[in-house]
Order: sequence, then structure tokens, then C-alpha cells
Amino acid sequence: MVDFLIFLEVVLNGLMAGVMYALVALGFVLIFKASGIFNYAQGVMALFAAATLVGLINGQVPFAHMISAITGVKVHHFGWHINAFLAIALTGLVMFALAVVIERYILKHLVNQEPIILFMATIGLAFFMEGFSDLMWGSELKALDVGIPKGIVEPLDEATFNAFGYGMYIDWLDVYATAIAIILVVSLTLFSQYTKTGRALRAVADDHQAALSVGISLRRIWVIVWTIAGIVALVAGIMWGSKSGVQFSLSLIALKALPVLILGGFTSIPGAIVGGLIIGVGEKLFEYSIGPMIGGATENWFAYVLALAFLIFRPQGLFGDKIIERV
Amino acid sequence: MLDATQQGYTTPDGRKIGGPVMEMKNITLRFGGVTALQDISFDILEGEIRAIIGPNGAGKSSMLNVMNGFYHPQEGEVWFRGAKRGPMKPHAIAHQGIARTFQNIALFKGMSTLDNIMSGRLTKMKAGMLSQAFWFGKAEKEEVEHREAVEKIIDFLEIQAIRKTPVSRLPYGLQKRVELGRALAAEPSLLLLDEPMAGMNVEEKEDMCRFILDVNDEFGTTIALIEHDMGVVMDIADRVVVLDYGKKIGDGLPADVRADQAVIDAYLGVSHD
Repeated sequence: MVDFLIFLEVVLNGLMAGVMYALVALGFVLIFKASGIFNYAQGVMALFAAATLVGLINGQVPFAHMISAITGVKVHHFGWHINAFLAIALTGLVMFALAVVIERYILKHLVNQEPIILFMATIGLAFFMEGFSDLMWGSELKALDVGIPKGIVEPLDEATFNAFGYGMYIDWLDVYATAIAIILVVSLTLFSQYTKTGRALRAVADDHQAALSVGISLRRIWVIVWTIAGIVALVAGIMWGSKSGVQFSLSLIALKALPVLILGGFTSIPGAIVGGLIIGVGEKLFEYSIGPMIGGATENWFAYVLALAFLIFRPQGLFGDKIIERV
Repeated sequence: MLDATQQGYTTPDGRKIGGPVMEMKNITLRFGGVTALQDISFDILEGEIRAIIGPNGAGKSSMLNVMNGFYHPQEGEVWFRGAKRGPMKPHAIAHQGIARTFQNIALFKGMSTLDNIMSGRLTKMKAGMLSQAFWFGKAEKEEVEHREAVEKIIDFLEIQAIRKTPVSRLPYGLQKRVELGRALAAEPSLLLLDEPMAGMNVEEKEDMCRFILDVNDEFGTTIALIEHDMGVVMDIADRVVVLDYGKKIGDGLPADVRADQAVIDAYLGVSHD
């Protein structure tokens, strides 16, 4: 029974880690579907969103270092603290402004270019935003606390310990992150299925010319898509930032999303979720069962090896559009 | 030859044709060094079915793309409902009441028939983002209202059986019909059809002809269509423009156009010298 409980604990923790991966992957899928752009900057967007949120909550002065370097005035904080919910809403507005700027100054000029050129543009965007984020909010490790409870779920720990002699370890933060991610995915799905803007998003994803002919403005849709991706990045940034602090490494979660995308396919929202869960559970189980035999630390590479195997046997992913070769 | 003046005329079957809906004035369109359309003028009158015909590469599709704003001509003017139209984006032109279909079907492949036709209603829907995001008030009411309008179109086109089917699974003829449905959903005042009958068998062609005539008759929609099949054009068009190598070589009643020597030469391939 204890063995089973440990197994269950590993699976549950894997599922919850998987939800976090799925959250990051979702940002990629949304933009890729609507505009065919693989947004390399998605991870940096999560970093930027989280750093902005911390900065707003703590009343940090943006560009403090630059201001003191130029004017000699030493400013660091406004001396106020903003309520976390208000700060999240404000950060949402910042992500919207970012989407407008990206559309206006990058995408608009690259309409009808090759995908690789757009991809290169997002790499440039990633580097720019990384530097911009440091310049605006500083590069030190910052703690993010929006009031999500952390630590072991004690009732579960006690109950399982009393009943079976083994206390299961589940973190509150993971439970909340999972719940929030599920709410986010469900509301995104409903929005895209049952509203005219959602329908317009899907229309643009399917056929640009036809979308124009029914009166959809591509530029408007791109702003909406990048805003949604920015908000997904914000949520991912909050979750990962609460877990391990806000710093540069946060932007690297995007790398974990790549295997998820290869499993789930770049064009499928359910694929991103299932892919995330498979990788989350897979790497935890692998670490738990095979890990000790080969010296551990398998979580660092398991996802990528799994993705490699998928590339060989099913390159379109689990749910991706089927690749049909025409001769 | 018919004298189609600005006041309109009456067709042999007794339909009243009104003033001009769209006027193309001296349109010239170039792609780099290639002249796709050269100094072309014609008009489309209220309530008529206007055909644009010509051999392959004559510039018919280019002409349609100029009309709905995909292409912007280097020279010439497009007049719509008595006003000169500036360089507008295609989505803005759609909002003016011009809908179209495509030669190579351009449906939203991931969506059902119903959703495809619903997306054609977009220009008619007014609810704001916030209302949609929380699905309250205007957005909800609107979805229900427009759903009714879409159901009417589905009945009209006799495609009730495939309402929920993803369009990518439909046979070619039905896809063409769904695309017509999407264009109709906008309740356009000018409907542009790019080879609505291309690739169809006789039966499908007859159905499509019937729908086009019914649309014109029941909703009074002005229609401009491109067609290869001369038989079809003779049957349904009120007036015909003939293009060849980007130039206009004929314009008038179907019977007159068919008897015109220049048109016959273009179709039979007399050498240009």
C-alpha cells in the first residue's frame, strides 16, 4: 500500500508539473495557430510579466538604475505596495500594450514573409525584452508572492499517514496552479468556441484571405492573440515565479515547452495539455523508477529524449495536423 | 447592343435593374512589369447578374481582387454606391457590404458548416470584447439572433444535413455551397463569385445556377461572377464583360457578346498581331 501511495504521489506531482509545462506550451500554440509564428520570446514574455508584477507590487521605480546613472538621482522605490490583484490587472494591461507595440513595430512590417524570418524576428524580440526587463526592473533574484498558499497539504499528509503510515507530499502551490491553469484553459476554449472574436481567431488560423473577405482585420486579431499569449505568459510567470523566484532562468521554462509541443503538435490546444501531462508524469516516474539505477538527474533530459523518439515515429505529434505528402 | 444607361433597364424576364452599384473607371493593374489589367471600365447595376468572362489569364480573378480590395490598381478609380473608394483594406470593404467566394475554395477548414457560415455574419455583429469575454448581455443575445439568420441560409441552401460536419470532410460541390452560404450570411449588397461552378458536375452546376438565380431574385442581391462555362453565362447573366490579355474586348447582353467577332477570336485563339 505504501508503494502504491508513493507511486500515486509521484504521478500526482507529475500531473501538476505537467500542467505548468502545458501552460507555457499553450502560449506557443496560440500564436502559432493564429499567425504561423513560432514565438521564441514566449519564455521571456513570462519573465517580463513576472518581473513587472513584482515591480508593481513592491512599488519599484522602473528604470531606476538608468535614472540614477543619467541624472544622479538615487531612486529605488515609490514607497507604496500595490494590492496583488490590482497589480495583476495592471500587468495584464502592460502585456496588452506590449502586444500593440509588437504588432505595430514588428509584425506589421513582416506580413507575408517566410516563417523563418518571423522566427528570427522573435529571437531578436526575446533578446531585446530580456535586456529591457533587466533595465526596467533590475536583474537580481526577486521573490514573488501574490498570496497563493505554499507548503505541504497537511490534511492529506495526516490522513494518509494515519491510515497507511505514509504521509503523501503534495504542495499547495501546485494544487492552486493546477486549478488556475484548468480555469484558464476552459475559459480560453469557451471563448474561442462561442464568441465572434473566438471564431475570428479560428478563422484567421485557418485561412488569412478568407478571413479578410468576411471582414476580419488581421492586425486586430494579431493584437488580440499576442495579448492572450501575454496573459498566458503572465499566469505561467506567476506560477513559476512563486515557486522558484523571478530571475533570468524563468525564461528558460520555454525550453521545457518545446518537447511538450513536439508531443502535442504545434497546432493543437488539447495536444499542448496532454503533451504537458505526459511529459510531467513521464519524467517524474522515470526519475523515481529508473533514476536511482543510472545516477539520477534524469529530469534534465528525459523530456528531450521522449521528444526525439516522437520526432522519429510521429513527427506531427499526438494531435497535430496530419502531414500528407503529395507526390 | 443594349444601352445600359445610368438609369438602369428592364430585363427580358421583367426584372427592374437600377442605378450603378459599382463602377470601375480606367482600371490599370500591374505586377512589376506585367500588366494584368489595362484601362478597364465597366459598371455593375443594382439587382443585375453581371458576368466577367474570358480565356485563362485574361485577368478575371485580378479584376475581382481589385473589387474586394486584395489588389490596389496603379491607375483608375473604383466607385461604390456613388462615391469614389480610397485605398481600403479588404476587411473594411467587407464591412461596406461586399462579400465574395474564391476560385479555390477558401473555407475555414477546422470549423463546422455552421461556424463557417456564422463567421460570415461577423460584419453584422457589434458586441464588444468585454461583453464577449464574459458572455453576458449583448454578446449572448447577438449569438442567438445571428444563429437564426444562419439557420435560414442553411435551409435556403438545403444543407441542413451537414450543419455540424467539419467542412474539410465535405465533398467539393458541397464545400462550394457552404462558401456561398458564408458570403450570403453577410447579407451583402454586392456578391462576388469567383468561378462558382468550376470543377462541378452537371447536376452540381444546375444546383448552383438555381441558388445564384434565387439569391438574386429573393434577396435582390447584385451579383458579379466569373465563369468559364459559356452555356452557364448565357443562361444566368444579364450582362457580360469579356476580358482578354488584361483588356476589355466586349461588354453587353450575352447574345450580343457571343456574336461578337473579337470575342469569338479570343475564345478560338486567333493570333494577336
